[in-house]
Amino acid sequence: METPETLKYTEEHEWVRAEGKTAVIGITDYAQGELGDIVFVELPQPGAAVQQGGVFGTIEAVKTVSDLYAPVTGKVVAVNESLGGEPEAVNRAPYEDGWMIKIEMDDAGELEKLMDAAGYKQHVGEGS
Amino acid sequence: MVDTEGKTTALTSSHLERGARMVPFAGYLMPLQYSGQIAEHQAVRKALGIFDLSHMGEFRLTGPGVLAAADALVTNRITGTRPGQAVYSPMCREDGGIVDDLLVYHLPDSVLLVVNAANIEKDAAWVREHLPRGVTFADESDATALIAVQGPETEAFLAPLADLDLAAMDTYTARAGTVAGTPALISRTGYTGEDGFELYVEPGAAPGLWDRLLEAGAPRGLVPVGLAARDTLRFEMGYCLYGNDIDDSTSPLEAGLGWTVKLGQTFFIGQEALRRQKEHGVTRRLVGLVPAEERAIPRKGYPILDAERQVGQVTSGTFAPSVGRGLGMGYVEAPRAGKGETVWIDIRGKRAEATVARTPFYTEGSRKAPGTVEGKDHGNA
Repeated sequence: METPETLKYTEEHEWVRAEGKTAVIGITDYAQGELGDIVFVELPQPGAAVQQGGVFGTIEAVKTVSDLYAPVTGKVVAVNESLGGEPEAVNRAPYEDGWMIKIEMDDAGELEKLMDAAGYKQHVGEGS
Repeated sequence: MVDTEGKTTALTSSHLERGARMVPFAGYLMPLQYSGQIAEHQAVRKALGIFDLSHMGEFRLTGPGVLAAADALVTNRITGTRPGQAVYSPMCREDGGIVDDLLVYHLPDSVLLVVNAANIEKDAAWVREHLPRGVTFADESDATALIAVQGPETEAFLAPLADLDLAAMDTYTARAGTVAGTPALISRTGYTGEDGFELYVEPGAAPGLWDRLLEAGAPRGLVPVGLAARDTLRFEMGYCLYGNDIDDSTSPLEAGLGWTVKLGQTFFIGQEALRRQKEHGVTRRLVGLVPAEERAIPRKGYPILDAERQVGQVTSGTFAPSVGRGLGMGYVEAPRAGKGETVWIDIRGKRAEATVARTPFYTEGSRKAPGTVEGKDHGNA
């Protein structure tokens, strides 16, 4: 399981990469492994407002469905449209091609409430 | 991550060595997937897959009157079949509810019942209680490993490895022979909609056979397949999964298994109840569900609605890899269960329109209709 040190993580298995005021968001390698083959990703429109901890989308795998939770509050400024045609990118490259949305953060301080890589590994039972 | 709960099969360490994702299933630790659910599913549809089904239960019945005893246990008819014949059948309670669905093998010197892993204890108790004196019951589940090879290439792949003429074997027949040197009951059966064979072998011989088959089949695209792909393969064919689509509270007539219920034949447990149910008509039927929106995926437990109220419930639903969309199966009240009826599925609070359809959803499978080799119909749909 890959858990990059530079990212922040939620208990619901989303990751966040802060780029200035923008937060890039996806789901973790652990999450994609648990879900299995992902077939549809339903994401919000650019401009949508999301709340930290609120549902921003849905991910459908062959065998199960799961909600996606926003790690931070703000406005959606970009959506990974390529997941419409290639949802398996989330399985293949969850931290790169499989990113889902970018949020312009209202308060970058919210990032402090999220887990770091060590905390997340512990959360999924792989802490050392 | 390795989940270590559950009974093991003779092949558990082989799965772990190959990096399978293991899950507890029906009390056993079983492979959920190897390379990925869709890739494994497609391998079986297009070429070859190999499955460990050693968790399934095997009961052997022997003694005088064993065929009549089997007839009394299941809704389908065993008397009148030839030795070597396999018969799919529900086994019912007095009230017509399904205790389990099984394969019944009419073998030269015995009858072999193959039951679902989750039901082994329940079925053993039920069968023993309903056997006539003189017929002996033996639970051979722990002494039997089961390896299935499924896919359009199966005959071409296995024939050179077997000491029998596999091409001459009809669908739903079984014979004792050897495969890759391993003694096996070789059965032309499966749960995928593809041609295939199921090999009942001694547990001690299973790991060696598994390895030899994987090695010999690799050039033809043979891959190990887990329970996840097994589920999508059977689902696309509309095959019932015990615990999802059928259980103690559903009858074979409701489940679309009327073709396995021989009401006019010799006695079987549940016959009276099913005869009455047939006379009065069933109140609900298991049907296929095709959502209007292909990204809508019905899942087990979702309510099925008409304009005003709930008229049923989804029992199985998934993204169907060979159809490329979400599909479901579920019980719908009989008046709304006709082919082409419009219903709605409550998908997490949203009403998704769906059309009632017949199964199978996937019709391109390589499974040969029973009787095509010998030109007779054994009555197995």
